[in-house]
Amino acid sequence: MSLKAFHVVFLAASIMLMLILSGWCFSNYRDGGTTQDLVWSGVALASAVGLVVYTRYFLKKLRHISYL
Amino acid sequence: MEIPYTYKARPDTGLYNAKVGIWLFLASEIMLFGALFSSYILLRVQAPDGVWPEMRLGWPHGLLNIPIGTFNTVVLISSSVTVVMAWASLKMGKIAAFRRYMILTLMCAFGFLGVKSYDYNEKFTHYELRLKNGEVHTGHLEVNGKHPGFWSFADIWNLDRLTKEKVAEVQFTADPPKPKAGEAHAAEAGHEHVAKAIKRDEISRLEAFIPRNHNFFAIYFTITALHGLHVFVGALVMAYFAFPGSRMWRTNPEQFTNRIEVVGLFWHFVDLVWIFLFPVVYLL
Repeated sequence: MSLKAFHVVFLAASIMLMLILSGWCFSNYRDGGTTQDLVWSGVALASAVGLVVYTRYFLKKLRHISYL
Repeated sequence: MEIPYTYKARPDTGLYNAKVGIWLFLASEIMLFGALFSSYILLRVQAPDGVWPEMRLGWPHGLLNIPIGTFNTVVLISSSVTVVMAWASLKMGKIAAFRRYMILTLMCAFGFLGVKSYDYNEKFTHYELRLKNGEVHTGHLEVNGKHPGFWSFADIWNLDRLTKEKVAEVQFTADPPKPKAGEAHAAEAGHEHVAKAIKRDEISRLEAFIPRNHNFFAIYFTITALHGLHVFVGALVMAYFAFPGSRMWRTNPEQFTNRIEVVGLFWHFVDLVWIFLFPVVYLL
């Protein structure tokens, strides 16, 4: 597995983490948290979307490099 | 005789020797961290019901600084992006861009370690205090009017040391209770943050947030310190390749690019460990 392939695996894990973090902050907000929790949930969700956009850019930029 | 495939890929596997080597090494690392993660989970599920410190053997919740942990997560994700960009720059023959990306990666690595050492210091200076009348507190300790220094192990106290050094009284600033729903800060609820004098004879247990205090601290420090050591070693190797080691680019650019790929694989592994570590230790 090349660095390109491992980077994609890493980005997938990071996107999952950001979604988990977003959900965790949102559940804190729902359980009587503050507006800050809601804001952090939004920031984490936006980070997950940002990482998806970056992954697409990365794959396009390095399309000539092998996954092996 | 020359060793084959040191940097040219084997035609049948498409791999060069160092890539096979680093993956074998990473497989052993997965076993190492896997064992520690399993230990964490087993200790946690076997901890009795109830929350520490009220229950001595209960599992602590909310002790770790989540904003700091999140910041460090962002720093490591960014460093993975910059290390890949450094490798891609070499693939495109741009050595100056490679060096810039490596410097950014190094800044992220040392930034992570700096923030982590602040986080550790916060633990070393925090105490669990149990009184003979059954009261339990966490907070900060002051002995003989001295505040603990940064990473100063000589300032770590416990009851035995207080007795040995004949300290009759300490100042203890208890943490405010966690804010209830709707309270942005404990101060809103009228909880004051003031030091109180406590006589040594009233104390039944005094221990800093260090490994010997609780299973949680033991496994937390073991995993995060081992991870931090990997970050440090990875940063040293990257610093070598960014500066003196980059001379190889002039004599054998393909081998140099492969070396950066191998370093990048190691760095991604280290970052991936943190991606699992952060939710398991900080959030759950």
